[in-house]
Amino acid sequence: MAKVKGSIVVDIDRCKGCEICMVSCPTGTIAMAKEVNHKGYFYAYPANPDLCIGCANCAVVCPDGVITVYRTKI
Amino acid sequence: MPQATGINDIIKPENLVYKRTEVMTPNILHYCPGCGHGTVHRILAEVIEEEGLQTEAIGVSPVGCSVLLYNYLDIDWQEAAHGRAPAVATAIKRLLPDKFVFTYQGDGDLAAIGTAETIHACNRGENIMIIFINNGIYGMTGGQMAPTTLPGMKSSTSPYGRDVKMMGNPVKMTDIVATLPGTFYVTRQSVHTPANVRKTKKAIRKAAQYQKLNKGTCFIEVVSNCPSGWKMTPVESNRWMEENMFPFYPLGDMKVPQESESQTTNK
Repeated sequence: MAKVKGSIVVDIDRCKGCEICMVSCPTGTIAMAKEVNHKGYFYAYPANPDLCIGCANCAVVCPDGVITVYRTKI
Repeated sequence: MPQATGINDIIKPENLVYKRTEVMTPNILHYCPGCGHGTVHRILAEVIEEEGLQTEAIGVSPVGCSVLLYNYLDIDWQEAAHGRAPAVATAIKRLLPDKFVFTYQGDGDLAAIGTAETIHACNRGENIMIIFINNGIYGMTGGQMAPTTLPGMKSSTSPYGRDVKMMGNPVKMTDIVATLPGTFYVTRQSVHTPANVRKTKKAIRKAAQYQKLNKGTCFIEVVSNCPSGWKMTPVESNRWMEENMFPFYPLGDMKVPQESESQTTNK
């Protein structure tokens, strides 16, 4: 069976660390970083990139539009 | 046979599923973290891009948190006096009937100071789209009580909760305009989960299509959060909104055109 694999790219400097993407992610891919970006926010990053299925839920719900989503079948 | 399992192998232009639309300018949004305004801006920009309206769209920006909206969407804008956006949009649409004209207003702008303009524009059936962001509070000025504040809800000018005996009842603007004959499509949505964002985008797209057919006023309320004004984290504020705002402001379509009506053109 073809497996869907995804990947996200977070624009770290624009992220405001609202955590809405983290709770919207169905697979627990996203976590908040322990360090801050240049504005002082704990930014989101793909902590478990292998779990990502590229559903784009995080990108759709992100108020600042910082997430870009890629998806492929392997 | 080597398999493309590495993360960097997936990040290629041909695998792109979702990226920020080009209609949005590169400026960083000034909103607080987790604010629903950013999401509504983005889906509005996506609809404008997908419907090919970038050169035709004229927005009327309000007074409130979204006063700087003209910095974020790369279309034509007009700033209106506080609450007067539907009146300005009426003039624009009457002079330039081929353009896609919409207003974007908060609850302080639309439901407080601009009540008369809103109701009369909807009653005349002006062929414009009105997007109404309802977060139950005056967000920009420091979280004061708005006409849409829920009974018992705390704000900086109702620190013991809104007392309806003294301060009156909340106004359900969407229910009011749905009763007017001029409105064509009236709906209430939210943007706190991916599914709701997609529904709201669909509603905005429908309103844009109805405007092309000269159908009348399309009114879209988006129940939103205000993490700073409500003094909560963004995730907590979304949960609070689900538990308290949605029972009072139920989501869904208030006025949906009949299938036969939505196809023909009114002139």
